[in-house]
Amino acid sequence: MIPRPRPERFRLRRTMMFMNAQKPGLIKDAYIYGADSIMLDLEDAVAENQKDAARFSLYHALRSIDYGDTEVIVRINGLDTPHWREDVRVCVAGGADGIRIAKCESADDVHTIERAVEEAEREFGVEQGRTLLMAALESPKGVLNAYEICSASERMFGVAISGGDFRKCMQTTPQRDGVDMLFARGQMLLAARAAGIQCFDTVFTNLDDQEGFEAEVLQNKAMGFDGKSLINPRQIRFVHQVFAPTEKEVMQAEKILLAYREQSAAGVGVFTVDGKMIDIAFIPGAERTLRLARACGMYEGDLI
Amino acid sequence: MKNAVGREIPDALLTGGREVYQGKDHMDGRYIQKAAPKTRRCEKPQESKVVESIAQALRQCKAANGMTFSFHHHLRDGDYVVNMVMQTAIEQLGLEELTIAATSLGSAHDPIADYIEAGKVVGIQTSGIRGRMGEVVSAGKLKTPAVIRSHGGRPRAIEGGEVHIDIAFIAAPTSDCMGNCRGIGGKSNCGSLGYAMTDARYADHVVVITDCLVDFPNMPASVEAIDVDAVVVVDSIGNPQKIASAAARISQNPRDLMMAEDVAKVIASTPYFKDGFSFQTGVGGPSLAANLFLEQYMDDRGIRMGWAIGGICGPMGELLKKGKVGKGIDVQDFDLDGVNSIHQTPGHFEMSASQYANPANKGAFVNKLDFVVLAALEIDTSFNVNVLTGSDGVLRGAPGGHPDAAAGSKCCIIVTPLVRGRMATVCEHVVTVTTPGDCVDVLVTDYGIAVNPLRPDLIQCLDAAGIPHVGIETLKEKAYALVGTPDDLEWEEQVVAVLEARDGTILDVVRKIRPFTLD
Repeated sequence: MIPRPRPERFRLRRTMMFMNAQKPGLIKDAYIYGADSIMLDLEDAVAENQKDAARFSLYHALRSIDYGDTEVIVRINGLDTPHWREDVRVCVAGGADGIRIAKCESADDVHTIERAVEEAEREFGVEQGRTLLMAALESPKGVLNAYEICSASERMFGVAISGGDFRKCMQTTPQRDGVDMLFARGQMLLAARAAGIQCFDTVFTNLDDQEGFEAEVLQNKAMGFDGKSLINPRQIRFVHQVFAPTEKEVMQAEKILLAYREQSAAGVGVFTVDGKMIDIAFIPGAERTLRLARACGMYEGDLI
Repeated sequence: MKNAVGREIPDALLTGGREVYQGKDHMDGRYIQKAAPKTRRCEKPQESKVVESIAQALRQCKAANGMTFSFHHHLRDGDYVVNMVMQTAIEQLGLEELTIAATSLGSAHDPIADYIEAGKVVGIQTSGIRGRMGEVVSAGKLKTPAVIRSHGGRPRAIEGGEVHIDIAFIAAPTSDCMGNCRGIGGKSNCGSLGYAMTDARYADHVVVITDCLVDFPNMPASVEAIDVDAVVVVDSIGNPQKIASAAARISQNPRDLMMAEDVAKVIASTPYFKDGFSFQTGVGGPSLAANLFLEQYMDDRGIRMGWAIGGICGPMGELLKKGKVGKGIDVQDFDLDGVNSIHQTPGHFEMSASQYANPANKGAFVNKLDFVVLAALEIDTSFNVNVLTGSDGVLRGAPGGHPDAAAGSKCCIIVTPLVRGRMATVCEHVVTVTTPGDCVDVLVTDYGIAVNPLRPDLIQCLDAAGIPHVGIETLKEKAYALVGTPDDLEWEEQVVAVLEARDGTILDVVRKIRPFTLD
């Protein structure tokens, strides 16, 4: 059995790579590609009569494979299926870092899963509160209730949108400029930021359309997403490239944090760096930039 | 006697000045006496050298018991010529005690296994050996140990007289009536004929076998009529589908691509990656894909590749056409793009195996090579590579140009997945050392990169570029943790194959395998 450290609620999650939990060949070393998180799927990738086999494969992967510092999240089946309860038990028993709630439409949905997780943590002697949660919004109702979902639980670390289902409900298809999901993405981002949790964009499924993929990732970054769900390891490189801070941003963040340390030690709250006014509100952003820079191999200092 | 890679070489093999491997460049500066062939004078004017049959050509070349016949492997797994000639010699002419000296042999030559078992073929000298032939040799059925040489080691041994070819058989996609041969223009094209060149110049007799007779003179010729005794026209020299694969495509396998990207990163971190650099790569998944990522680094730095050798296949041909590579020089073509490009694309040339890799001449291309990217069946913690024997100890591979390019290049990168099925690729001791660890510089796997401690300069390069790397022991531990620690193979005493280092010293031996029995 491989012990996994207690999951961090807020950590770097630029890339979340989906993998079918049923395929041992895929999940045995999914961490080697360098995604920040892997998403082992019990839902759509697994045929209805193979759910049990997939749980079995998932449990043994979680117990016997050392995923190192790659986060391991499991996408469970929806609340409208007979599978989700057993899915939750297997995730908790196996020690998954987090659970992605499929088709989440309300705070009640989050609470339902949260209770099942609590029960499973008791049942398997897992530390209470260890298992994190994130919600997938797949319907207009889910998007409209985004804020209550995002703020429903202390376990919630993020929210994501599932483009396929959402576009079907909205009677639209993927558009080059992203106008099909512009409002939903915006609403979800607002809710996530208001609730203080992370926000992830949907998968881009056409592997042959690299140009379209790149355009979407650039837009994700511009809109303020924390990361993106991926379907193939080939997509990781570009997302990490885009989400990496620029050298100028890294230097600026370093300057701000250094100046903040000096000034606050001297009892000064507001000061200027390169002619720009800086106060405590700038600190979390600067720290986030440096954490990102460290993950991208651009920062080796000790300010964070 | 133990050699420099720790292998025990039986003293019985160390006769006639034969030495064990003592590290790379051990023979540098020594002189060799070249062995000239004994050839027939053709003073009288003649109209044609075409004879009716292989049997007639054999008789004309005074084929006799105990002779050595040579073949090239440009027709790869599509080759019909080795089987055709051996069948004629043994079944029609009743010859025996024959030795086959081929540049390589594959599963196309399964029927030869029968002649080995019947004791008609008593010696094999080759780079590669696979299929049934590998099995019968591993079972100890060949009368003398097979000799395995690299592509550079073979012309060295021929030129130095260690291998004397009585009759060389040149399978030729096109030939004229006098024996000027080319690898293109026919119906069974293979592109370069580089492996046939040394054979044609050093054999006592040369027989060209073609399925496409063209008008005289077939120019520019790869094998020249001045060396040829007879030309035989047959229906078909090989199966075109198996001679050259369809265009080699760059892998879309994410694991291959990830390793390929790491290979390119490593290359770009070294001081050799500058305008005019030189490069060789194989056609395996991650090796070929390295081209793609390398191109991006070349564009970023605004540099061009000076020249590439190989194996110039589709993706490298594209770089050549785009002007991103100055020249491509081919000893062999693997795919149709390569076959169709050689001699046609400006800057795409043919070279002989000697020119490619012979350590005993004065200008082998590999000795001026900056980078080579190679695969491995196994690599051990001393960076020794095995590309010859399977995990069951049976002969099923080919050193080819691997040891030559590894030794000659400034930076040799091995790229391989850490495990294949239940087999650990990175291991404690390889079954057979085919490329010594002192020639291997960097290992790239899907679980991490390791640099040979013999290359502290490269370690610095990787560190400076922020490329993470680990000790090769760590990779081995990881592999064993995943698939378990393999048991040692069990062998009989009998040596079934001798593995020569490219300089002619003995690098390793392969013994008869003791069949595995369950208790």
